[in-house]
Amino acid sequence: MEVRDGLYYSKDHEWVRVEGDLAYIGITDYAQHSLGSIVYVEIPETGSTVEQGGVLGVVESVKAASDVYSPVSGTVEEANEALEDNPELINEDPYENHIAVVRMSNKDELELLMDKARYEEFTKGE
Amino acid sequence: MDKRTPLYNLQKALGARFTSFGGWELPVSYSDILQEHHTVRTKAGLFDVSHMGQILVTGSDAVKFVNSLITNDISTTPSYKAVYSPMCYENGTVVDDVIVYKFSEDKLFIVVNAGNTEKDFEWINSHATGNVKVENLSPEYVLLALQGPLSEKIINKLVDDNELPGFFRFKETRVMGMNVILSRSGYTGEDGFEIYLNITESGSDPEALWNGILEAGKEDGLLPIGLGARDTLRLEAALPLYGHELSDSITPLEAGLGKFVKLSKEDFIGKKALLNQSDNPERKLYGFEMLDRGIPRNGYEVLKNGENIGYVTSGGPLPRLNTNGGLALVKGDFTPEDRIEILIRNRSCEAKIVELPFYGKKYKK
Repeated sequence: MEVRDGLYYSKDHEWVRVEGDLAYIGITDYAQHSLGSIVYVEIPETGSTVEQGGVLGVVESVKAASDVYSPVSGTVEEANEALEDNPELINEDPYENHIAVVRMSNKDELELLMDKARYEEFTKGE
Repeated sequence: MDKRTPLYNLQKALGARFTSFGGWELPVSYSDILQEHHTVRTKAGLFDVSHMGQILVTGSDAVKFVNSLITNDISTTPSYKAVYSPMCYENGTVVDDVIVYKFSEDKLFIVVNAGNTEKDFEWINSHATGNVKVENLSPEYVLLALQGPLSEKIINKLVDDNELPGFFRFKETRVMGMNVILSRSGYTGEDGFEIYLNITESGSDPEALWNGILEAGKEDGLLPIGLGARDTLRLEAALPLYGHELSDSITPLEAGLGKFVKLSKEDFIGKKALLNQSDNPERKLYGFEMLDRGIPRNGYEVLKNGENIGYVTSGGPLPRLNTNGGLALVKGDFTPEDRIEILIRNRSCEAKIVELPFYGKKYKK
């Protein structure tokens, strides 16, 4: 299971890559692996607001639909429309295929997230 | 704690991921559900379905008794033929859907759904009349299902018999030297076999049977298949699943299983209620495919012109058709191409009624 350096991780298995005030958000390799083939992704509307822990989108495997929670609060700057037609991109490379970009309203929230080492430890216990 | 089949350790070693189903811890997938689905449609797959229950009814009144419990008619069924049937309550809703293997006029082997085994045994036993004996043999049987277009080729390498049973027929024969019941049946819409091994018999070795079949089919691309693909395969073939298309609040007529309900045979439990419903049930089961993006799931509401008309009983990807769809129990009469809407997370998504099954069955009759 790949965990990348330089990203923040949530307990719900989302990752965040920070570029200034922007948070690129996707699901981790651990998450895509436990879901199996992803057959549908619902992305948020651009301009909508999300709270930390609120629903940002939905990923669906063959068996079930799972919510994607936003690890940070803010406004959706962009959603990755490529996933609408090619949801399997998340299986192919979960870290290069974000679900949405959120303009953060409170960067302090990042401190509540895990770094690579802590997330690796966390997934061992799951 | 969930029960495990005698093949649990082998499956774990094969890298299976497990899920809880009907009181059992069962492999949901060995590699990937979609790949496993295509393997069964194009080559062959091996399933461990030992969680299914087996109830033996013996005695000179066995046929008469079981015929009074089920909606289908086994009175004129020849020996070594299997019959699919719902088994109903007085109000016409369903206790379970079962397969009755008729060995002879005084020996019937009834295969029931895992989660219903205890309930079915109680139901059958509590109604026993005449010269019959009812036994729950579920813990004694391992059941393997070999399914897919190459199943016949693979089983031929292992069976000591120059003639395989035809569709929904069975034989007592030997596979890899072990005494088994070999049935030509399954739950995928493909040709295939179900192999019942009594593990209390001397010479029975479930692990050797599982490994031997996998080895024999290796060159043909045979792979172990989990419960996830079993569900997508049965959905594409529009085969009902108890708890979804059938339940104690759904009748077999509503579920479109009228051809397994013999209203002209002598009295059986539920007959009166089903006769009352036989003209045109208020709710009926239809197949649909999504036109809008979105995946329908069990329990989602079905709408017509914004009004609730029912719900999705089973839904999801239909991998062979490369689309999403499902089965819905709805009020009203529909024909193929009619439009309905599925409420997916508060979004009304367009779908169209299609003919069933989604995927034409490939049985060898």
